[in-house]
Amino acid sequence: MIDQNSKTLLEVRDLHAKVSDVEILKGVNLTVKCGEIHAIMGLNGSGKSTFAKVLAGHPGYQVTAGSVSFDNQDLLSLEPEVRSRNGIFLAFQYPIEIPGVANSQFLRLAYNTNQLSRGKEELDPLEFDDFVREKMQLLEMNVDFLDRSVNEGFSGGEKKRNEILQMALLEPKLAILDETDSGLDIDALRIVASGVNKLTNKDNAIILVTHYQRLLDYIVPDYVHIMESGRIIKTSGKDLAKELEVHGYDWIKADQLAKSTESSI
Amino acid sequence: MSALLQNLVNQPYKHGFVTEIESDIAPKGLNEEIIRMISAKKNEPDWLLSFRLRAYEKWLSMTEPQWQNVKYPKIDFQDISYYSAPKPKKKLASMDEVDPELLRTFEKLGVPLHERAALAGVAVDVIFDSVSVATTFKEKLAEVGIIFCSISEAVQNYPELVQKYLGSVVPVGDNFYAALNSAVFTDGSFCYIPEGVKCPMDLSTYFRINTEGSGQFERTLIIAENGASVSYLEGCTAPRFDTNQLHAAVVELVALDNAEIKYSTVQNWYAGDEKGIGGIYNFVTKRGLAKGINSRISWTQVETGSAITWKYPSCILRGENSVGEFYSVAVTNNYQQADTGTKMIHIGKNTRSTIVSKGISAGHSNSSYRGLVRIAPTAENARNYSQCDSMLIGDQCGANTFPYIQVHNNTAVVEHEASTSKIGEDQLFYFAQRGIGAEEAVSMIINGFCKEVFQQLPMEFAVEATKLLSFKLEGSVG
Repeated sequence: MIDQNSKTLLEVRDLHAKVSDVEILKGVNLTVKCGEIHAIMGLNGSGKSTFAKVLAGHPGYQVTAGSVSFDNQDLLSLEPEVRSRNGIFLAFQYPIEIPGVANSQFLRLAYNTNQLSRGKEELDPLEFDDFVREKMQLLEMNVDFLDRSVNEGFSGGEKKRNEILQMALLEPKLAILDETDSGLDIDALRIVASGVNKLTNKDNAIILVTHYQRLLDYIVPDYVHIMESGRIIKTSGKDLAKELEVHGYDWIKADQLAKSTESSI
Repeated sequence: MSALLQNLVNQPYKHGFVTEIESDIAPKGLNEEIIRMISAKKNEPDWLLSFRLRAYEKWLSMTEPQWQNVKYPKIDFQDISYYSAPKPKKKLASMDEVDPELLRTFEKLGVPLHERAALAGVAVDVIFDSVSVATTFKEKLAEVGIIFCSISEAVQNYPELVQKYLGSVVPVGDNFYAALNSAVFTDGSFCYIPEGVKCPMDLSTYFRINTEGSGQFERTLIIAENGASVSYLEGCTAPRFDTNQLHAAVVELVALDNAEIKYSTVQNWYAGDEKGIGGIYNFVTKRGLAKGINSRISWTQVETGSAITWKYPSCILRGENSVGEFYSVAVTNNYQQADTGTKMIHIGKNTRSTIVSKGISAGHSNSSYRGLVRIAPTAENARNYSQCDSMLIGDQCGANTFPYIQVHNNTAVVEHEASTSKIGEDQLFYFAQRGIGAEEAVSMIINGFCKEVFQQLPMEFAVEATKLLSFKLEGSVG
């Protein structure tokens, strides 16, 4: 939902980042306001997932230039756990398995850590159990998820639902969903998308990182950005994704090429 | 990330301090005269002196084992003092009479004796540099006929029991360190559970090495008569020193028909500094004999300390339907080395054994699991299940698994599973992204990894073990 009066949540300026000496992000610019849904699309290797991880503070990536302000704070100077507590959430493309740690235990620790940092009350195991069960209904998850080890032996779809469950628990200001649609069958996609839709409001924002249009049929973006070689090369409304679906990424490239040729004339 | 890992591991040893108590120290070196002196000081009967001398003779003919996967400078056995005792001012009748300095030591260790005994309902037989100075709950145990005292007292008061069982599970010449222990042991615990008695509380001993340069040679003997059962806890900690300290204990367990012995250890001896200097050499022989039908022996250990750990708590399953269990967590950090595991010797029919070993390596440490499962020709329908999991923290450490399986009866079923995992950047990032810092994340991952073993520990011990592990691995990840 675009509202020119809502406040700016994320401001990315000329962001450059590298991983083991290979520059992946080469000057990303992006502004996200409260209440907005942004989709970032692009081919494999275009830098979409790197961008998501850099925002969350993955230690494997090194920011070499540019700035990111989140909620009027310099995001890049913060440790990843602080970014999380400040309201940045990343739904992982490949959620990690943690053998021996019960999902309920992990979810409660994550929840309570965030509650504490916001000066709110922690929940004891029984209270948390009621609370999390309610949230699980949103994603039509079976309660036996709670007793299983975190993501261990989960199917692809179950892992993705577990990610969105965490989003529901942590109520982030900015949720970055990295390829959340990959590995989901159509029913799971519908459930996950409806869960995400129920979590959106005028005070938070979502960045969807995806290859395909199909997720955007369920979570309708306000803006679609096309990423290519570590830059956002085109930004438009939701129809861009549909055009992309019809014409393919080459069409954008051709379009860009035409433009740059024009401007050089 | 490895820098963060390092910081976590490199916390100074909390229990590194020396208590100043007057000690009565034997001159360095080992010879027949020293052994006679120890025996005389302890006012021992002749049979025990000859037990010691027999062991010493065996020891002289033996050489140090070389096969284990650990490295350390050669030990000069003549440079060790084999006896050290706090000078007793008078006989102690109650806790109030215990040297206040000693009590303060326990305070520092976080094990206030009064509180511990009262709150946890645990009878604590305190070993302080080889001599027991206080024993609690004795009367309560005596009511049901349980004997729980230092082995020196047992030698004086129950000589026929000690004579019958001492060396019956670990013979004097069993191995180099067991022979040394048999020759020079100064104290330890003795526990006898009479027929049909279920010990009403967990029995616990805190070991403490205090005099610099003095070796410790504990001797523990636990006997459960027909239908008896007992849960025994052993916890250790030692002060910080630069010279390596040798510890060569022997523990013998005997379970008769339908008897059950559960032996749990949390070991946190000084492991040396972050460069690997100093630290305890822990060369221990622990063995249980499941002698009677339907008997059960269960070892649970959480090994976090020592510069070198060399230890294989074993079960000899002689009785029909007897059961042996080994649950182990071994944590190594910095330059610690551990070569530990178990031996399950199946002799009786329908004997069963379970091995669950969890090795955690951080820093530059090296951890090996070494386990033997032997099914004798007489062991019809024997079963064994072994599971050995290793976890690596950082990329400078190592883990090895050496399973030895010898099956001499084709009705046996032996299973072995092994896995290796790693706490890496991505796992920690996943936690961090949910707001959880590295230390808490490691603690949660490790506790998850060790859960099957911790579940075997008595409640209070499990809580302690959990804290201890977090403490040990603090700074090792990041």
